[in-house]
Amino acid sequence: MNELIWIVPLLPLLGFVFIGTLRNYLPQWLVSLVGCGTVLAAFVASVALFSEVYGARMVGGTGEITQELFTWISVSDFQVSFRFLVDPLSAIMLLIVTGIGFLIHLYSTSYMHKDAGFAKFFSYLNLFIFFMLLLVLGSNYLVMFIGWEGVGLCSYLLIGFWYKNTNYAKAAKKAFVMNRIGDLGFLIALFFMIAHFGTLEFAGVLGQAKLMVSGDATLLIITLLLFVAATGKSAQIPLFTWLPDAMAGPTPVSALIHAATMVTAGIYMIARSNIMFTLSPITMQVIAIIGVATAVVAAFIALTQNDIKKVLAYSTVSQLGYMFLGLGVGAFTGAFFHVLTHAFFKALLFLGAGSVIHAMSDEQDMRNMGGLRKALPITFATMLIGTIAIAGIPPFAGFFSKDEILAYAFVENPVFWVLGLGAALMTAFYMFRLLFMTFSGTFRGTDTQKSHLHESPWPMTTALIVLALLSVVGGALNVPEALHGHHWLANFLHPIFADSAAVSVPFSLDHTTEYLLMAASTIAALAMAAVAYTRYAKSSAERSEKSVNDRGILYRLSYHKLYLDEAYELLITKPLSSLAGAFKQADVKLVDGLVNGVGRMFVTAGNGIRHLQTGHVSFYIFMMVLGVAGIMLYGLIAQLIER
Amino acid sequence: MDNLFSLLLLPLISAIVLVFVRSDRAKWVALLLSLINLGLTVPFLLRFDPQAGVQFEQMWVWIERLNVNFHIGLDGISLPLVLLTNGLIPLIIATTDHTRFKGNFYALVLFMQLGLLLVFTALDAFSFYVGWEIALIPIYFICALWGTGDRVATNLKFFIYTFAGSILMLIGILYLYQQTPAGSFEWTAFAGLNLPETTQHWVFWAFFLAFAIKIPILPFHTWQPNTYVQAPAAGTMLLSGIMLKMGVFGLIRWLLPIAPLGVAEYGTLVMTLCVIGIVYASLIAFRQDDAKRLIAYSSIAHVGLISGGVFSLTVDGLQGAMIQMVNHGISVVGLFFVIDLIERRTGSRSLSELGGLASRTPKLAIAFLILVMGAVGLPLTNGFIGEFLLLKGLFGTAGYGLWYAVFGGLTLILGAVYMLRLYQKTMLGELPEQWFSVSDIKSTDVVILGILVVLVVVIGVLPNYLLELSEPAINNLLQQISFRTA
Repeated sequence: MNELIWIVPLLPLLGFVFIGTLRNYLPQWLVSLVGCGTVLAAFVASVALFSEVYGARMVGGTGEITQELFTWISVSDFQVSFRFLVDPLSAIMLLIVTGIGFLIHLYSTSYMHKDAGFAKFFSYLNLFIFFMLLLVLGSNYLVMFIGWEGVGLCSYLLIGFWYKNTNYAKAAKKAFVMNRIGDLGFLIALFFMIAHFGTLEFAGVLGQAKLMVSGDATLLIITLLLFVAATGKSAQIPLFTWLPDAMAGPTPVSALIHAATMVTAGIYMIARSNIMFTLSPITMQVIAIIGVATAVVAAFIALTQNDIKKVLAYSTVSQLGYMFLGLGVGAFTGAFFHVLTHAFFKALLFLGAGSVIHAMSDEQDMRNMGGLRKALPITFATMLIGTIAIAGIPPFAGFFSKDEILAYAFVENPVFWVLGLGAALMTAFYMFRLLFMTFSGTFRGTDTQKSHLHESPWPMTTALIVLALLSVVGGALNVPEALHGHHWLANFLHPIFADSAAVSVPFSLDHTTEYLLMAASTIAALAMAAVAYTRYAKSSAERSEKSVNDRGILYRLSYHKLYLDEAYELLITKPLSSLAGAFKQADVKLVDGLVNGVGRMFVTAGNGIRHLQTGHVSFYIFMMVLGVAGIMLYGLIAQLIER
Repeated sequence: MDNLFSLLLLPLISAIVLVFVRSDRAKWVALLLSLINLGLTVPFLLRFDPQAGVQFEQMWVWIERLNVNFHIGLDGISLPLVLLTNGLIPLIIATTDHTRFKGNFYALVLFMQLGLLLVFTALDAFSFYVGWEIALIPIYFICALWGTGDRVATNLKFFIYTFAGSILMLIGILYLYQQTPAGSFEWTAFAGLNLPETTQHWVFWAFFLAFAIKIPILPFHTWQPNTYVQAPAAGTMLLSGIMLKMGVFGLIRWLLPIAPLGVAEYGTLVMTLCVIGIVYASLIAFRQDDAKRLIAYSSIAHVGLISGGVFSLTVDGLQGAMIQMVNHGISVVGLFFVIDLIERRTGSRSLSELGGLASRTPKLAIAFLILVMGAVGLPLTNGFIGEFLLLKGLFGTAGYGLWYAVFGGLTLILGAVYMLRLYQKTMLGELPEQWFSVSDIKSTDVVILGILVVLVVVIGVLPNYLLELSEPAINNLLQQISFRTA
C-alpha cells in the first residue's frame, strides 16, 4: 500500500505540467477534465490511504505508513530524504486537501469559464495541490518546508492572477514577503533542530524532544521560531495583514488557499510538533495570547467591512486565531478539529460569496446587494448553513469545535474564555450581518446587475451543497463527552498527541460548568444574530449611506482596520526605504568616494613629485648631497642614542 | 582522451581562428567551437573520481631557471568551476546578437575562457597568476569596446582596481616562492609552508584583497555596479557568471590552505563584512530603477553569502559555496539575459518605464519567474540548496554563528522584496501603450532560457550529483586547516 503515497502528490504535479505546457492548445473541457481528474484521483488514493490508517488504528496500531523516495541533500553526516509519512494527522489533512481541493476545482470550471487565463488558473491550482500535499506528507521538516514555501509561491501566483491590475500584483508581493518573514523563522528553527537533534525527521526530533525537561531553553527557541513561521503562513498578529489583501485573487483561490488549506498549515505544523510545544510553557502562553488577540482584533475589524470577501477574510484570520488559542491552551485535538470544520464552512462561505459575486457581475460591495435570496436560493440556503456553523450554533459543525477550544481555554484561564466568547459574539454578528445585507431586504444594485441575476450552474452549486452537508454533520466527528459523545477524532488522533497528553494535566471540567459554557455561547450567538437581523435584514439603501466619518471612534477604528497598514507603512516600510536610500547615496558618495579618493591621492602625489624632475643637473646633485648628509646624520644620531 | 591541456588549447586555437572570421557567421563558429569544448569536458566528468584527489595532472617546465612550471589538474574544487565555465560560455555566446558582434568579439570571449580555465586548473601559483591576468585583458576590451555610457572611465577604474589587487597577490606569491625550501611555485609547496603566525597575517591580506576585489566583498565592491551596467550583456554575464568565481575559488584553493592562521585571525571580521554586505546591497537593490543595476547589487548580496560560507570553515558552508557558485552562475546569466531581451524589445531597462510585458511575452515571463524563484531560493530550485547549506554553514560557525545566520538569512526576505519588485515592475501591471507591439521570445532564445530553467529545477531537485563531486576535496581541505590551526 505504501507504494501509493508518492502517487498522491504526483498526480496534481502531472496535471500542472500537462496543462501548463499545453495551455494554449487544450480545449476548456480537457483542461477541466485533467485539472479536476488528477485531484479526484488523488482524493481516491487518499481515501485508500486513510482507510489503511483507519484500519490500523482500529486494531490499536499507530497507523503510520512511510515511504522513502531518494536522498535529497547530503553533506557529510547530514542527510535529508524525500520521505513521506501518512499517519492519522496527515491522513485527515490528505482528505481535506484533495477532497475540498476537488470540490473547488469543480466549482472553478464554472466560475472561471469566461476567463482568458482558464488553463493557467488550473495549472496553478494543481501546482498548489501538489505543494500542499508535500507539506502534509513530508516525514521531515525539510520536505514540509518545501511544501510550506511552495504553497507560498502558488499563493503569490494566484493572488496576482489578474496581474494587469497593479494593486493585485502588489497584494501578491505583500503576501509573499510577509510569508517569507515567517519562513526565515522556520529556517533558523531547522538549524537549531539539526544542531541539537542531528536530524529533521519528525520521528527523530520528536522522539528526542519528549525526553527533555519542560522549559528547556533549546525547545523554547525552536518553538518560538516555529511559531513565528506559523504567524506568517497562518496570518496571525503581527503578520496577518497580507491575508485580507490576498482577496485580490479569484474567489475559489480564497476558498481553497486562504481559508481551507494553506493558512491552516501553521496549525498543522504545530500540532505535528506538539510535544515540543507542550514542553515549552512560555511558548504556549505566547501562542494562546497571540491567538486570542488575533481572534478578537480580526473579528472587530470584520464588523464594519462592506466588501463581502473582506468580511470573510477577516473572519478567517479570526478563526485561525481561535485555532491558535486552542493550541496554546493545549487543546490540540480541538484546534485540529476546528481546522477541519472551518475548512468545511469557510470554504462553503467563500464559494457562496463567489456565487454571489458571479451573479452580481463581479460586484463585491454588500451595500449594493440585498434581497438576493430569491434569485439565488441554493446559494442562500447553503450560506445560511455556513453562517450558522461558523456562528457556533448547535448542532452545526462549528459549535463543537469552537466549544472544545473554549472549554479548554476556560480551564486554562477564564480570561481567555471571556475574550474567546467576545470574538464568538462578534463572529455571529458580522456573519449574520453579511447574510442579511446580501440576501434580505431590497436589491440595491444597478438595473443591469439586476437583470443578470441568476443562480450559479451545477458545478458551483454541487460544491456548495456538499460543503453545506459537511458543515451540518462535521461536528459529529468529535462530540464531547458531556453530550454523550464518543470523541471519535480524539481517539483516532491519539498517537499524535499521546506524548503531550502524558506530560500535561488531563483536561477536566465538570459537566454542569461545561453545559453552562455551552449555553452561554449559544445564547450569545443567537442574540447577536437577532441584533444583526433587526439592523440589517430590512435595510434599505439609505441607511448604509451614512458616512464613515459620522460614526463613533470604534466604528472608524474597525472600518479602517485599526490603521494597521498605515502603521506598518510608517514604522517599517518607510524607514527601511529611507535607509535603503541613504545606503544608496552612501555607496556612491562615501564608499566609492573613498576609492576614488585613493586614486586621486596617487594622481595628486604624482603631480607633486613631477615638479622635482626639473632637468637641472645641479639640482639633482644638490638633492644627492642633501640625501647623503641626511643618511650620515641619521647614522650619527642613531649611534648617539644607542650609547 | 584525458589530456586536460586540450581543454585549454581549444579555446586558444578557437580565439585565433575567430580573429579571421569577419562575417555574420562568427557567432555560429564560436558557438560550435565552444560546444566542442563542452563536449570534450564530459569525459573528464565521467571519469572523475571524487575520492582520488587531483587527477588528469599535466606538468611542463615553463621557465627552468626560476623553477616555474606549467602545471594543471582537476580536483573536486576545480571540476565544478571548469564545468561552469565550459557550460556557460556556449550559452553566453548563444545569447549574443550575431549582427552586432564580429569575430574579434568572440575571439576575446574564447581567449577569456582560456584564462578562466587556467585559473581553475592551475596547480602552480605562477600558472594561476598568468591565468588570472589573461582573463582580465579580454574582458577589459569587451567592456571598453562594446560597452555603453561612460565606459572608458568605468573600465579604467575596474582595471586599475582589480589590477591593484592582483599586484598585492603577486607580491604575496613572490614572497611565498622565496619561503619554499627549493624555491617553488607549486601549490603543494605553498600549502605545505608552515609560515609563522604574523607572516600569515599579512599574507592573508595580500591574497584576500585581490580576491575580495574580484568577488567583490563589501567595501571593495564599488567598481562592480557601473562595470556591470555599462558592459554589453555578454560581458556582464562573463563577469558575474564566471569571472567573480575566480575570487571565491581563490579563497578556497589558495588563501585557506596558505594562511589558515590569518583566516582564523580575521575570519570574524570578514564574516561580518560579508553579512553586512548582504543586507547593505539588498537594501540598495530596493531603490534601483535600472534593472541591470538592481541585479548587480543583488549579485553583491549573493556573493556576500557565498564568501561568508567559505569563511565559516564548515563543510556546509564550503559545500554551499561550491554549489552556489554554479547556481549563481546559472541564475545570474539567466537574469541578465532576460533583462537584455527586454531591453532589445523595448529599448529600456528602467523599472519606472516598463511594466505589463507578461501579456505580450508569456514565454519570457515564465522563464523569468522561474529564474526569479531560483534567485530568491525557493525550495526545489537550485538557489535553495545553496542558500540552505550556506546559512547552515553560517549558523554552524564558531562564535557568532547564530547572528550570521539571522542577518545573512535576511536575504530570504530582502531578496524576495527586490526580486519580486523587479518582476512586478517589468512583467506585471498595465502594459504601456508604446509596447503593444512587443513580441515574445523565439527559437534560440527559448532554447537558452529553457536550458537555464531546466538546470534551475534539476539542480534543485537532485543536488547530490554536484555535491558529491566536491565533498571529499572540501573535507580534505578542512582537515588540513584544522590540523594547521590546532
